[in-house]
Amino acid sequence: MAVKTLTIDGKTISAEESATILQAAEEAGVIIPTLCHLDGIYDVGACRLCLVEIVGYTKLMSACTTRVREGMEVTTNSERLRNYRRMTLELLFAERNHICAVCVANGHCELQALAYEQGMDHVRYDYCYPKWEVDASHRLFGMDHNRCILCTRCVRACWHIEGAGTKNVSGRGNQSRIICDLNDNWGVSKTCTSCGKCVMACPTGALFHQGSTAAEMQRDRSKLEFIVNAREKKQWSV
Amino acid sequence: MTLLELQQIKESELAARKKIVLRCCMAAGCMSLDAKGVKKRLEKAVEEAGLQDEVEVVGVGCMKLCCVGPLVQADPDSPLYTNVTAENAPAIIAALKGGKAKLEQADPQSPFFTQQKSIVLANSGRIDPERIESYIAVDGYAALLHALTEHTPKDVIEVIVNSGLRGRGGAGFPTGLKWGTVAKSPGAKKYIVCNADEGDPGAFMDRSVLESDPHCILEGMAIAAYAVGADQGFIYARAEYPLAISRLQNAIKQAKRLGILGSGIFDSPFNFNIDLRIGAGAFVCGEETALMASVEGKRGTPHPRPPFPAEKGLWDCPTLINNVETLANIAPIVRHGAAWFSNIGTEKSKGTKVFALAGKIQNTGLIEVPMGTPLRTIVETMGGGAPDGRTIKAVQTGGPSGGCIPAQYLDTPVDYESLTTLGSIMGSGGMIVMDDSTHMVDVARFFMEFCMDESCGKCIPCRAGTVQMHHLLEKILARKATPRDLAKLEELCDMVKNTSLCGLGQTAPNPVVSTLRFFRNEYEELLLPETNGPPPATHNGSSKTPAATTAI
Amino acid sequence: MHQSTPASAASDKRFKILEAHIKKFQYRHDSLIEMLHKAQELFGYLEDDVLRYVAWQLKLPESRVYGVATFYHFFTLKPQGAHTCVVCTGTACYVKGANKILAAVEEHAHVKAGGTTADNQLSLLTARCIGACGIAPAVVYDNTVTPRQTPESALEQIRKWVTP
Repeated sequence: MAVKTLTIDGKTISAEESATILQAAEEAGVIIPTLCHLDGIYDVGACRLCLVEIVGYTKLMSACTTRVREGMEVTTNSERLRNYRRMTLELLFAERNHICAVCVANGHCELQALAYEQGMDHVRYDYCYPKWEVDASHRLFGMDHNRCILCTRCVRACWHIEGAGTKNVSGRGNQSRIICDLNDNWGVSKTCTSCGKCVMACPTGALFHQGSTAAEMQRDRSKLEFIVNAREKKQWSV
Repeated sequence: MTLLELQQIKESELAARKKIVLRCCMAAGCMSLDAKGVKKRLEKAVEEAGLQDEVEVVGVGCMKLCCVGPLVQADPDSPLYTNVTAENAPAIIAALKGGKAKLEQADPQSPFFTQQKSIVLANSGRIDPERIESYIAVDGYAALLHALTEHTPKDVIEVIVNSGLRGRGGAGFPTGLKWGTVAKSPGAKKYIVCNADEGDPGAFMDRSVLESDPHCILEGMAIAAYAVGADQGFIYARAEYPLAISRLQNAIKQAKRLGILGSGIFDSPFNFNIDLRIGAGAFVCGEETALMASVEGKRGTPHPRPPFPAEKGLWDCPTLINNVETLANIAPIVRHGAAWFSNIGTEKSKGTKVFALAGKIQNTGLIEVPMGTPLRTIVETMGGGAPDGRTIKAVQTGGPSGGCIPAQYLDTPVDYESLTTLGSIMGSGGMIVMDDSTHMVDVARFFMEFCMDESCGKCIPCRAGTVQMHHLLEKILARKATPRDLAKLEELCDMVKNTSLCGLGQTAPNPVVSTLRFFRNEYEELLLPETNGPPPATHNGSSKTPAATTAI
Repeated sequence: MHQSTPASAASDKRFKILEAHIKKFQYRHDSLIEMLHKAQELFGYLEDDVLRYVAWQLKLPESRVYGVATFYHFFTLKPQGAHTCVVCTGTACYVKGANKILAAVEEHAHVKAGGTTADNQLSLLTARCIGACGIAPAVVYDNTVTPRQTPESALEQIRKWVTP
């Protein structure tokens, strides 16, 4: 297997040629913030938090979808990138209704953690305060669209790991919404296997176990990678 | 089909032609003004005058001066009748036999017509778009035959490279280079896609080409397919263009019937088929990766490049995507040679460009001019300037991805580089003229609303950023914004441009950036003085209170 | 899980026509948008039963069919009024006053763009650009493109359909 040598934030590292910049960085101990990425699920480059600067590229590239190349010089943490990341997070907070104090995922939320980490201490944009509903029709799980950031990790888990195709995105733009089947209540879905993979995948409190109250919703997101490795690589590493 | 048979069709078509061919524009604009009724009445008038042996009435494609349609004309130098109604028919026929008709006319010698240079529109308004024989009579499909019999695929690519043709969809990527990449990409199955999803509001060049000369697109696609090694093509057309769709369907059927599409074309081993795919109203599908998702029957959301369609396109096969106007240039280039084409235009922008002139301008319609023609020639000399005694304030090019060029830059030559320098883009060819009654902040808001509604919602900067930018523009227009809000808007423009996933988001701020550049005063006039609120908000990390918990 | 033909499909001959069309395209997944076009042409709008039928025939997840049907503006999931009025809001029409036409119709018919009047007589829609910029501003009344409209000329047409 061919190996490529590149630098990430000045650090010289080598990575397999099939690796993405994100994977190479992780190996080398460089943390690049992500939201729509989850180990085990294929990447779509949608959240734009993992954008990096590469010498010779006019555009910023998403680390999760860009493969390493020989001699690449990558910067992951410039002032400009940090600024864009904070703005991205601000846009997300203003877009729907993220009220951490009363959220089931308070303290276990990737969005909240990123806001801390990136120093996003206030939102300068006007809040949109949309009125989204909560689907509590499923006997095990619930979905609060107010907390959804449309990362589509649940959709990808449902299609590509479970294979059921229950979930998808409907509408478009800021009217996009996660649906089950033909926009049916989750509880009456004929295709949902109640496997819970979507709930495991969710970065925020949008998908939760029924009965959880504020700050109670914890999940093991690494289970998805475990299943995929077991299935594809025949490796059962816990 | 052989060369001989092709020639026979041409000859019999020419032999059957009557002495006087009366052409009636049957493109969508004129059709909405009863062009069909006019044509019918003209046919009847020919019979009434007993001129069946001398005169034939032919429905043709766009005759360009759309603002005064329906249009009717005999040979290109004779009077061009405008605003024709069915009642005018007998007078028009009578005038053919000498005498002057007292009817509304436009001067075919006016600059609107004489300054045009037709390559893409050469057949537009001349041939019957519904008959393949009419296309063959003007040497249609001769270029394909020539390419298949005289050239290797490599030769064809070389011709296109040497011609200097650049993509007419907006970005101006060298066409030959794109073809070469697809040709070199490994894979047994390759596709070619004609992007006929003309989504820019205010642009109708591609619609006109498809309605007026559908066969030239099929021929261009077939040549491209031969060059890159594809055997299947798709035309992705907008559902908003029903006439273009039906003419394409008809053209594909005719070409198949004559064996110009199908297997063993012109007795060569080359096989090629074309399927039509109809869009369903999504601007983002003009972006090539979103277009491919839509051709595959999915939601039209783009994906990050690389991989580029040339390597991994439709169903992960190498795919060539070209715009309508780009493909319309192919047959003429192959027929006349690369040197002929590269002699037209400027050093870096070769050939001609078709523009749809619209908005506050006397002569709305379709023009084709050599690259490098000054903007002033287009909007003033040819377009006749603003109507109602008003003055031109700006010209908008490139649709929601472009910008507004203010009147003081009207002497700018129209080519890819010059327009980019002015903060606009060539775009697909929509040219909207704005007069002094147009408020530029309102224009910026109009385009931002467009982008907000058309955002696919996949990436955050475009989905949520356009909403905030639109909100700020509304706030400015409502005179409720402060200089700080304007600063926020500018910061968002930079962020959305640099972080969005696809071209839609990356160019969505352009109309704001360009109007701010040239008409900043119109924004500032609307601002309130800064209030003595909290100090300007920046993220310097001093406060560790998480936004999240204090959000509400 | 086994699903049989939706009940309403058995008696309605429009489903037969749709089925023939689906068959003609060999049940290909990439024909989904084409099938939705056909279904909307047959039924006027895409009601749940129709979407379920398309999903069932093409063997696609319902979520995929719904996701596609709601992504594209051209598809409507609600019934349309007896008449339609589509105001083109492309740039050329916009700078020539399309918004004034739209506002006039909205006010007269008491309906917002995208909606249908309470008596189901009129659906008021907007189009991104119908490519008829040469004759701007254009309005499409019941599929007929009409050039150079004004608020007055639009109301004249609308009054034939809707009494305020």
